[in-house]
Amino acid sequence: MKGIKFIIAGILFGIVMSKSEAISWFRIQEMFRFQDFHMYGIIGTAVVLGTIATFLIKKFKLRDYQGNPIVFTPKEKSIPRYIIGGTIFGLGWALTGACPGPMFVNIGYSYWAIFIAIAGALSGTYLYGAIKDRLPH
Amino acid sequence: MLELIRQPWPWYTSGIVIAFIMVLLLFFGKSFGFSSNLRTICSACGAGKNVKFFDFDWRSQTWNLLFLVGAVIGGFISAEFLSSGEPVQISQATIQDLQQLGISSPDGMQPQEIFSLSAAFTLKGFLILLLGGFAIGFGARYAGGCTSGHAISGISNLQLPSLIAVIGFFIGGLITTFVLLPLIF
Repeated sequence: MKGIKFIIAGILFGIVMSKSEAISWFRIQEMFRFQDFHMYGIIGTAVVLGTIATFLIKKFKLRDYQGNPIVFTPKEKSIPRYIIGGTIFGLGWALTGACPGPMFVNIGYSYWAIFIAIAGALSGTYLYGAIKDRLPH
Repeated sequence: MLELIRQPWPWYTSGIVIAFIMVLLLFFGKSFGFSSNLRTICSACGAGKNVKFFDFDWRSQTWNLLFLVGAVIGGFISAEFLSSGEPVQISQATIQDLQQLGISSPDGMQPQEIFSLSAAFTLKGFLILLLGGFAIGFGARYAGGCTSGHAISGISNLQLPSLIAVIGFFIGGLITTFVLLPLIF
């Protein structure tokens, strides 16, 4: 059962996203309307701690549990792909109130309607794969 | 103790745990990025036969699918055992703005006007979820990541592309919030 640790990490993710209400459409609306600090606090805390952790991992050249070096792959340099792709993502994020992680957490919460959004997300991913060579990157 | 857990958790707990999960996955030799699962699922369903983008060894991504399964279980555990049943505690200003759009104040985690099955199976409700999901799937792959891959992992690694992607997330989110939603509702 090498995989169990990933399930446990996922459970922790699902619980914390639910308990901090980050899976709620209402919270995402509140964020895009800049009417509460809540979502900014979540993302901000994660980024500050994540930046410190990433810095320390690089500085001390830490290794993973199998002894392999932890490597960070730099993102490919581009502007159009991030700004266009990001904007399309944001349009959907504010509409469904769920980014990909929370979409699946919502299944556990018995919001079955989210399956429609997941079907949409899979179709969107498929279309991107099919036409990616014709898009500006 | 259980009473305390059943209350909504403050933002910093969530931020700390998300950073912890990111680091945990790094120590497992992986990287935190949820939307890759969408590509993996397409590939597992055989999309690689027609489209090269999906022709890769999706089994190498099984770990992330297990993380996804865990996320569903985590949602279930929260709803069944850790919930106070209280509606989401959003600000009064948001409640008022949404009421003007015809969305009633929260009585749970999600608005009835979008997530109840009766709303989801009207043409409007169905299209909101389907097209919203479509934009998320298309945009996440186009931008090479979603909130976890860019906003958390990418910015933590001081990646300029991730910052640009997050700016894009907000451009899109603001357009939906202030232009599309008033047109739709």
